[in-house]
Parts: sequence; structure tokens; C-alpha cells
Amino acid sequence: MAAFRKPHTVFLAAALLLAVFPLFGGAFYVQLISKIMVMAIFAMSLDLLIGYTGLVSFGHAAVFGLAGYVLALLGPQYEAASLWWSLPAAMAACAAFALVTGLLVLRTKGIYFIMVTLAFAQMLYFVFHDTTLGGGSDGIYIYNKPTLAIGGFALADLEKIEHFYWLVLLLMLAVYLLLHRVLGSTFGRALVGIKVNEHRMQALGFPVFRYKLGSYVLAGALGGLSGYLAAVQFGFVNPEILSWHQSGAVMMMVILGGMGTLYGPVLGAFAFVLMQEAFSNQAWFGPWAKHWQLGMGLFIILVALYLPRGLAGLFARRHEAATEPEDEDKTGSKAEGAP
Amino acid sequence: MDFAFFLIQLLNGLQYGLLLFLVASGLTLIFGIMGIINLAHGSFYMLGAYLAWSLASLTGSLAAAILVGIPLTVLLGMGLEWLLIRRLYERDHLFQVLLSYGLILIFEEMRSIFWGDDVHGVPVPELLNASIRLTENLSYPVYRLFISGVCLLLALGLYLLIQKTRLGMKIRAGASNRDMVQSLGIDIKFLYTLVFALGIALAAFAGMINAPLSSVFPNMGGQVLIICFVVVVIGGIGSVKGAMVASLMIGLAETFGQVFVPEVAGMIVYLLMAAVLVWRPAGLFGKT
Repeated sequence: MAAFRKPHTVFLAAALLLAVFPLFGGAFYVQLISKIMVMAIFAMSLDLLIGYTGLVSFGHAAVFGLAGYVLALLGPQYEAASLWWSLPAAMAACAAFALVTGLLVLRTKGIYFIMVTLAFAQMLYFVFHDTTLGGGSDGIYIYNKPTLAIGGFALADLEKIEHFYWLVLLLMLAVYLLLHRVLGSTFGRALVGIKVNEHRMQALGFPVFRYKLGSYVLAGALGGLSGYLAAVQFGFVNPEILSWHQSGAVMMMVILGGMGTLYGPVLGAFAFVLMQEAFSNQAWFGPWAKHWQLGMGLFIILVALYLPRGLAGLFARRHEAATEPEDEDKTGSKAEGAP
Repeated sequence: MDFAFFLIQLLNGLQYGLLLFLVASGLTLIFGIMGIINLAHGSFYMLGAYLAWSLASLTGSLAAAILVGIPLTVLLGMGLEWLLIRRLYERDHLFQVLLSYGLILIFEEMRSIFWGDDVHGVPVPELLNASIRLTENLSYPVYRLFISGVCLLLALGLYLLIQKTRLGMKIRAGASNRDMVQSLGIDIKFLYTLVFALGIALAAFAGMINAPLSSVFPNMGGQVLIICFVVVVIGGIGSVKGAMVASLMIGLAETFGQVFVPEVAGMIVYLLMAAVLVWRPAGLFGKT
């Protein structure tokens, strides 16, 4: 924390750069970066669980998809829904889902926790896949983007890709700052304590279960925010957005970027999607672009082998090495959990 | 529903469960003994199926394909353990997850490059290509019975290997205390390499032997992987006995679910797992 100044400048510079990007970036890239920032919000919300609370959820796509379905099902079919009620509704639904499932899944630990979170996400997947509730495996189209207006005055027109981009950027920064605040509070400090040694925190008198549930619900609501934005951007929802592939992909973004930092998941989202784009770029890789997963796989393996803190380690190493070695990863997040 | 129909579903469920056991037992051994979460386990199932297809069309016999294919996968497993997995024993489990996720991508692309993206069928071996008549219009294929039999034999072999042999004793010791075993002069590194290769070979063998029934297609490892993780968790991590019980449970639940309640068939497996874990948070045979 001694070198607080420098990350501050980096944060502002990155935010500024992202803010002006639509002024010169092409439409394709504006949409691509929007998609990445939506995933970054998703990844940050998961990192609250994995990196800070020590809860490795393999079912985080459940809230991502649920929020999209809430927008699609509650919104009027041929008119635009208002963002003012549809976004809170989607996030509330996700928080409620997290609260109910959290009461059950938080009874398990380690890899069992990983699998039970997967189980609930898969059940939700099959609810939307096998019943007619959400249009079955075809999903539902969202014909109109939500409106964002105060008393008839439109603050933004989300049909315009730049407006949507700025909204997502704003929300991503807001989530970053919110989580920064939360993690600096007693609650956030206690979460990190729980990750490192749950029993000790219990003995110190912290309501461990309630704190974990709080973290789980907050992550659910923020994951819902990203899912809502994704549904708005793509204009349709189908069961694939809550499949385990989605949960796996966001988990990879978090690990790749660096667990237990807030910028790590953002880096991870950018790296994951941009690498995918790069390796499947025909102009660069010609006939090999079809086999982009090869390069992606090698990249991921190299990070796993040589960057023990993920991509964030590349940036953190210099000034953190001088201050304090954080060894919590070694003991805290082994999948078996504390003995 | 008459008895013959019920019998067929029962046999199908058992056969599917036993096949799951082959894949899941490798997964549970690798996790229980080495502490490695191997997401790429399903890829070896796929690899086995593709090897069976290509070698069988080359040699004209599935048996020959298996005889050639198994040593190849064992070598591959040992090589991967030596080259990659070994470096991650001391690290956070999540980096093993990341690494094996990378491996999945590479395996899928290798499959696409060498074997293409088409669906292929593998013929049932001539000798076993028959069926047993149960009633006038219901019969049961011999090949499915054969698979069940082979799986049972392998399960027995695995049990004997782990419980009754000296090697198995070392493996069990290595699972409970790695450093102690090493200081007693046992080459634990080589032991781990063996366990990894054994697990991989079981998954690949399952893919090979099931290829005539399932056919061979891209991404076939993904679904198997998830179901096998469910099996491992229901049974209790590291417990081969648990994997057997859980495999049969899942096999029967999924088969009968598709017959009786097709609307919620996909969900049954996960409901079952959630129920078991709420009841016993470390699985049926897991150590709490």
C-alpha cells in the first residue's frame, strides 16, 4: 500500500485512454472493447469470490445468464424497457438467486464448493434449456435496447455503440471503485482473513458464514450487472450464456489476469479476448487462424507455468517486492481449504 | 412398462455407469493421490476415441487399435506429467486448472489439425456384433454386455492393484504423506508419473471401447469431463470405491431419467449431486 500513488496514475491514465477510444477507434473495435469491459465487470465480481474470499465458484455464469433472462422476460416485447427499473430488477433477481443458493453451497468447502456451484448453475441452465419459459434452446430476442432517460430527456441512446461503450466504461469504473471501497472496509478485510484462515476468523468472533454469504450475494448482483449489459449488447439471450463454458471462461480470465487484485481480472478479460482475436486474425496467421485455440492454449500454459500471480504479477512485482511478500495464496486458496 | 424393456434400460444404465467409472476413477486417482485438478481428463477420452477410429480404419480391427493405442497414450501421459504437470504440484490448484484448460484447447486443435472436424463411426468388432433376443421385438446388443464385462474386470484389477500389490501400497502411502514416502527412499516422482499415466490410459481406453457406441466427434470430452467430476465429487475425492458407487448411481439416474421424466432429465444428475453434498458435504466415501 506504500506505493499507492503510482497505481492511481495508471488507473486514471487507463480510464482516460478508454474514455477517448471511441473518438478514433473503428466501430468493430468499439464493440469489441465494450464486450471486453462487460467481461471485466463479470471477472471482477468473480474475483471478489475467488481472489478475496477464497470461494472458487464454477457457476458464476448462472447470474450472468439470469440477469439477461430477467431483462428479456420482464421487458415489454416490442418496446424498450427503461434501464431505471430493469437493471435493478435484474441485479435484485441475481442477488436473490445468490442468497438462496448461497445458503446451501456455502456449507461445502474446497472442490466440493466448486462442484456444487456448478450444479446450481447447470440446473438453471436446464431450466432455460429444457422448458419453454425462456424460449428453450433458441432463446429470446431483445428487440429494443433499454432507454436511459430522466423525465423524457434521454441521457444516452444505447442503440448507438459509442453511448453503450461509455455506459459500460462508466459502470466498469464504478464497480472497480465500489469493490475497492468494499475491500478496504472491515468487511473486505475480514473476507481476506476468511480466505487465509477461516477458523481463526471464527475464533476472533467474526460471523464468518454471514460474511461469506454477503460476499456471495454482492458478487451475484455485480455478475448480474455484467450479464444485463451483455444481453443489451448482443440483443438476445440463450441458454449458452449460462453454460459451464461461460463459467469456465470467466474463471480463466480471473486466474490468467491475477487473483486477489482488482486490476488482474480486468487485465485477464482484455488478454483473454484480445488474444482470441489476435490468434484468429486471418491477416496475421493466414490458414492457421482457423486453429487459433492452439496459440491461445500455449499462451495460457506459459502463463500458468511462469507467472505465478498471473498477468498482474508482471506489473505488481516491481513495487510490491520492495514492500511485503504476500504469501496468502500458498496456504489460503488450496482447493481443500483450511484443515 | 414390461420387464424386458426395464431390463434393457437397467443394462444400459449399468453399462453407461461402468464406462463413467473408467474415466472417473482416473480422475479421482489423479486428484486424490497427486492433488492435481486435471480439466484435460476429458480430452484423453476424446483422444482415445479418435485413436480407436484412425487406428481401426488403418489396421481393420478395434482390438489392434486398442493394443497400439494404449501404449501411445501411456507414453503421452508420462511425457505430459514430466514436462508440465510436475511443475505445478506445489502451486495453487487454480493454476493447475488454468494449465489443463490450456491443454484442452491444444488437444482440440491438434485433433482438428490431424483428424479434421467430422463425425466418424467405428464399426462394432465382427466377433461381438450380435444381439440377444429378449422378446419378439426387443433384443440387447452383445457389445454393450462386453463393455460392461471389461469395465468390471478393469475395476477389479484396479482394486487389486491399489489394495493388494506393493506398488499400490506405495501409491497409497504417497497419497497420505508425500515427504515421508520420499525420505523412505521411494521414487515418488516416478510413482506420480505412473499414476498420471494410469489415469490417462483408463480415460483413453474408455474412449476407445465406447467409440463404436458413441461415434467419434469434436469436443466429445467436455460433457464426459463434467459428468465425471460430478461422479468424483459424489463418491468422495480420491475414493475409487466411491467413484464406482457414484458412477452406477449417475448411470442409472440418467438412463432412467430420460425414460421416465425426459423434461428434467438433464437436471437430475446435478440435483442428485446437490442433494448428496447437502447431506454429506465431502461425498459418500470422502474423508471429512
